Amino acid sequence: MPIKKLLIANRGEIAVRIIRAAQELGIATVQVHSAADTESLAVMMADEAVLIGPPMASKSYLNIANVIKAAVDTGADAVHPGYGFLAENADFADAVEAAGLIWVGPKGASIRVMGDKVAARVAAQAAGVPVVPGSNGRIEDLAIARGIAQDIGFPVMIKAAAGGGGRGIRIAHDLEEFERLMPQASAEAKAAFGDGGLYMEKVIERARHIEVQILGDGNNVIHCFERECSLQRRRQKVWEEAPSAALPQAMRDQLCASAVALAKAVQYRGAGTLEYLYDDASGQFYFIEMNTRIQVEHPVTEMITGVDLVREMLRIAGGEPLRYSQDQIRLNGHAIEVRICAEDPAQGFKPGPGTVTSLKVPGGPGVRFDTMLYAGYTVPPFYDSLLGKLIVWDENRAAAIGRMARALGELDVGGLPTTKPLHQALAQDADVLAGAFHTRWLEPWLEQNSHKLDEESKTP
Amino acid sequence: MSKQILSPLPGTFYSKPAPDQPQFKSVGDAVAVGDVIGLIEVMKSFHEVVADQAGTITAFAAEDEEPVMAGQALIELS
Repeated sequence: MPIKKLLIANRGEIAVRIIRAAQELGIATVQVHSAADTESLAVMMADEAVLIGPPMASKSYLNIANVIKAAVDTGADAVHPGYGFLAENADFADAVEAAGLIWVGPKGASIRVMGDKVAARVAAQAAGVPVVPGSNGRIEDLAIARGIAQDIGFPVMIKAAAGGGGRGIRIAHDLEEFERLMPQASAEAKAAFGDGGLYMEKVIERARHIEVQILGDGNNVIHCFERECSLQRRRQKVWEEAPSAALPQAMRDQLCASAVALAKAVQYRGAGTLEYLYDDASGQFYFIEMNTRIQVEHPVTEMITGVDLVREMLRIAGGEPLRYSQDQIRLNGHAIEVRICAEDPAQGFKPGPGTVTSLKVPGGPGVRFDTMLYAGYTVPPFYDSLLGKLIVWDENRAAAIGRMARALGELDVGGLPTTKPLHQALAQDADVLAGAFHTRWLEPWLEQNSHKLDEESKTP
Repeated sequence: MSKQILSPLPGTFYSKPAPDQPQFKSVGDAVAVGDVIGLIEVMKSFHEVVADQAGTITAFAAEDEEPVMAGQALIELS
């Protein structure tokens, strides 16, 4: 049944993005918000807005009962969770469906399988998808675990089965450290996630982070090619591209086929992303985890394929079968996204919420800026620092980087520190221009290049 | 003359290092310059609030988990 009225259980730029997709499909919108977001762009754009609690996310955006009540009270028939907050909370997905509403996402059961990183690893192996060498499931016995660690070789990562998104990870460099960290890691995982289960993976040095976008309708699954997000700081992505400059075509075909196989094996419905590590030295890729939601960096995929992923999510949730066959998805040109955050890269990325005194948005061919900012808006201190995503497309990677530099020059957010100087410096860096990076490239680069990250030195 | 310790940043004030741990300081406690009296969470990062004055705590002007503005009083000292 097509969706008629959609509740957006999120905030910020992704709430704005979802409202736009709904409006284009003729779907009415309900924006829930905390007391700190009354003046937000999403609240202004939506047909209706419902206050669901105080600023603290745990009392508003993460309050399942309040979100469901808002949906029922306003007569919404569907809920889109965006990313973060409740997007990968299987209990929330189940509660939405139990209230008779459409959940814009995969079944709660799919979220549970992929949310348990060990179950996801086992599902990947069963679908013939390569995983990082490590334990076959949870570590049940320390003696056996010790043997596996010695077999795969140190350093090894000890990871929480219930973790993900870079959380709950420890690295052991030798047997002694391994034995010391295991009990700590288990206690921490139990405290942080309510589940002390652990598993183990070999550390792949100098790997790239490459991920495959998929769309499924519960029967069929297609891929929309890959993104590379190797430029990370504290395991958070800062610069994302599509396609990856590092993948030969044959490897791209294999990688994308493996993602489709795994998504099909779990009868996946909606938009999802399978994350891999890719070792360009050996040409090997390894599945690490699946994200059962729309991702921050989805626009780069939209730019190279022409598919509106958020709109397709709404159509699939409304009961339509996939509207594309695999051969209709064509890879065209190159796209880059940079995350513009309210942080000062010259001062250790210190966050700087506050009032946007002026705003100049870049334009021209191949430029898109997904944001919740407007002049006069006060960015609250209670949520993450993402202000917007500057996305460019061009015929090839070199042209796209040039266009990104041009667009960054036009962007001006008055009144707040932003990460724009970081991206300007990256867009001129020889390694970035050559695509010669890996997931641990950016942090040492930041230590050596802090003098290039001052807003003043970049202003012409 | 009463003295106050102000929040250096806007965000969420925490009077404890973690939900299941005791408060950094309680009413009646002595505070020395440099003591940590709480945390401010701003954009998902945590910053310690360090006392810039010494005294004895007479009252908390902000509760645990309360949203605060930069410059808002957190603690009253005598």
